[in-house]
Formats: sequence, structure tokens, C-alpha cells
Amino acid sequence: MDWQPSADPGMLRARAGLLARIRAFFADRDILEVETPLLCEAGITDPSIEALVVERGISLKQPRYLQTSPEYAMKRLLACHGLPVFQLARAFRDGEAGARHNPEFTLLEWYRPGFDHHALMAELAELVRCCLGERPLHYCSYRQLFLDTLGVDPFTAALEELQTVARTRLDTGTISGDRDLWLDLLMSHLIEPQLADRGMCFVYDYPASQAALARIETIEGVAVGHRFELYVDGMELANGYFELLDAAEQRERFERDNLRRRELGLPERPLDERLLAALEHGLPACSGVALGVDRLLMLSTGVADIRKVLAFDWARA
Amino acid sequence: MANYSTNDFRSGLKVILDGEPCSILENEFVKPGKGQAFNRVRLRNLKTGRVWERTFRSGETLEGADVVDRTMEYLYTDGEFWYFMEPDTFEQHQADAKAVADALNWLKEQDPCEVTLYNGVPLSVAPPNFVELEIVETDPGLKGDTAQGGTKPAKLSTGAVVKVPLFVNQGEIVRVDTRSGEYQNRVSK
Repeated sequence: MDWQPSADPGMLRARAGLLARIRAFFADRDILEVETPLLCEAGITDPSIEALVVERGISLKQPRYLQTSPEYAMKRLLACHGLPVFQLARAFRDGEAGARHNPEFTLLEWYRPGFDHHALMAELAELVRCCLGERPLHYCSYRQLFLDTLGVDPFTAALEELQTVARTRLDTGTISGDRDLWLDLLMSHLIEPQLADRGMCFVYDYPASQAALARIETIEGVAVGHRFELYVDGMELANGYFELLDAAEQRERFERDNLRRRELGLPERPLDERLLAALEHGLPACSGVALGVDRLLMLSTGVADIRKVLAFDWARA
Repeated sequence: MANYSTNDFRSGLKVILDGEPCSILENEFVKPGKGQAFNRVRLRNLKTGRVWERTFRSGETLEGADVVDRTMEYLYTDGEFWYFMEPDTFEQHQADAKAVADALNWLKEQDPCEVTLYNGVPLSVAPPNFVELEIVETDPGLKGDTAQGGTKPAKLSTGAVVKVPLFVNQGEIVRVDTRSGEYQNRVSK
């Protein structure tokens, strides 16, 4: 029986220390720690994220979803109270397992009323410095990053051009798909590895099709989502938005997600009507970000496999 | 054979890719938090030995390859094929030169070899890690030089040529590491 932990005592201590440091960081800034439900009636419509579903139980009138992030509940708090809040929460994503993924993981998520994404990136950089020490800091737009590393414009290049860039450098077999698939492939296979020696690297302003829950604006003739990602030593660590406030647009995006799910043969998900009602009521202008705490611990301890930073990895849980 | 999804890809799993039997060496799950999931997979083509990396969409499936490794006794060669026997069933298999490849340098009758079968046909042959073979040709040894320095080529009964110490003589049996092709020691007859 593999009853023993996957992390050693030193790692457990490092985790406890990291969590204490994170809490101190937010206490210093007067940001309120909150806890929200893990098991919710609405799942996530995003076609690239699958929630785990709990089907049976006396308390269940209908199946509930283990949260893939505490985002919706935290936004409901924000719509009501308008206070800056943070949460250290367990999140679950079906089918995500590997050296950097565990289906159950710890997310640090926080929301800042009055911040745009640039102000939040600056605060996130402070937090990472506080946890990992000094690192060089870079900011680069998604568009510029593609132009600099691959010489291709992710907003205007034809689909065939994106495919050609990928296929000349990688064996992609029979893969086919839309622009976003090829952009994701280029980003994860060819660009990410080049960020390894850039310290903290913020990538911001994504194609509108990848805006997720960020507001969209037209900049230099193209529609960009005010979303950002933080890579540290080449590892994706955090994802944030200058949040979309418009309830009607949010509903449209959810419905478009479900349409895409239908095309892909994935189950459609119920919309989170409570979140939409909260947006209807009014969310203060804010930015929010989610950070993978297990990956932060990997970076602080120099470990390359997520299993080693978990008390019990998925296979031992 | 069963189909395997990228989630099932483990080191050692044998699959058919582009019609060729391949062994999976590594499987890395790659997924941006807000994007599509891929698997970067390192594979070895079991026919050609080529190792390379291919990217799959997570959830793609491949057909399993009927590939098994069996320990068999080497029997003999008729010049065209090399014959191996399963020790428990006495079933015989004939391997062609492509399957035997470099192993032919080390094949001695009755030695146990690892034979990889693909759809029941030998695909590759691995000799034992150590074999004992007779020297059939080498320059005469130098008297008294039993300890240090110097090697000379020696031709073994299989035709392979290995470097042996100067004191080793024609007709003697030597032990050779088949992975490196290096002489280990003399074996008393």
C-alpha cells in the first residue's frame, strides 16, 4: 500500500511557511480572507475546463460541481460588499494530471476593487517577490511576445500561417483545430520554454477569443481581452483579468461556451444564474487573479514535479 | 487490441502510430490554465529504433500494438533466418536479419535472448547482457604480461571483434558485455 505521503517533512514545513507568508501579505494590505463553497449548483462553461461532478447524496437535489476556481462566489461577495477579498481554496479540474498538474490543487485568488490589470500585475509581482525573493521582471503583450519569438502576429496571421509555424518546428501529427488551438499550441510548446530565463514575465492583452472573463477593448485596431498571465522561470503561475462587468455580455459568453461545447461533443453546463444576477446588481470595477499555490511552492523549493509538493498526490489520495 | 487515450499513455506502453509499432517513453501533459490541453509524447519506433516527440490533443486515442517480450533460447541460423525457441512450449520463431540486427554479433547457441514479438513475429532480438565466447583468432600473447596495459583485437566465434588484454590467447573463452562490446574477463574452460 502506498500509504506514505508524497512530500517529505521539509516540504510540508515549506508549504506551511508559504501559506503563512501569503496570509501575512494580505493582512498587511487589509484584504479580507474569505471562504466560499466548494460544491456548487453551477459548473463552468469554459470548454477547456472540466469540472468534477458529485452525482448522489441526500443533500443533493441535483448534481453539484466541485469548483474549478472560487471566482464566481467571490464576485458575488464583491458585488454585495465591495471589499477587497482573497481566498486560499482547493480547486478541482477533471483530467488534468502531470508534472505541473494535479486534479485537486490549491488556488490563491484575490480581487481588488478600483484596480485595473496593470495595477494588479504590480501587486502580484510584489507577492511573488515576497515568496520567492528578487527576480527580474518583464512585461510583454501577447502580440509582441509572438512577434518577438516567432515572428508571427497572433491577431492577424492566417490560420494556415499559424499551422505552418507549428508544423515546421514540431511533429503535430493529425492535430487540427481553430486559431485558438494553434495559438495555445505555439504558446505552450514554443514560447513558454523561452521564458525560462526571463524571471517573472507578465504576458497581457490576449486575443478577444481568449478573453475568458476579462473585459474586451479595441487597441491598435484589434480587439484585446484585458487578461494577463504570469510566467515565472517559464512556468505558468497565475491568470488574471480586468473583470468584465456587463451581465448581458457575460451571459452571451457563457452561451457561446455552451455552443462550442455542443460542437465539441462535450456536456453543456448550466449557467451560473446567481453570478449573472450579481453582475446585474452591479460589480464594482475591479481586477482579480488566481495563482497556483502548489506551483509557487515548486518554484520556492526548486522541485520540478508537483507530486513532490503535495502531502498526498492524486494517486495516493 | 484495445485503444488507449493520451491519459493512459505510460512509459513502456506499445501503440501503433502511422502504422508502425511504437513504444511510449515519456508523456508530458501540457495545458495552459485557460486553454486547450495537449500531450507531448516521446516515442520509439520499434522497427527503426528512431526516437522522436509528437504532440497529441489530450484525449486522442491510439490502437495498442500486440508487442510482447519473451525470453527464448537461440537455436541456430540457416544463413537467412535465425531460429529461437520458447522454453516452455518449444514453439520456434524465425527472425530475419533486420530483427536480429547487431545482436548477431553475440548469438551463441542455447543462450537465452529477449525476443520482441509484434503480431507474433520477431521484431527485435536482444542478446543476454553478458555472453561467453571463444577467441578464434588473435595475435599470440606476450609471456609474463598478465597484469597491466595494452590491448589487441580478438575475433570471436560469432565473428565479432573485441579488444582483449595482451595476455589472452586464441582458443580461450572470454566474457563480454554485449551492451558495450567490452571484454570482461577470461573464463576457465
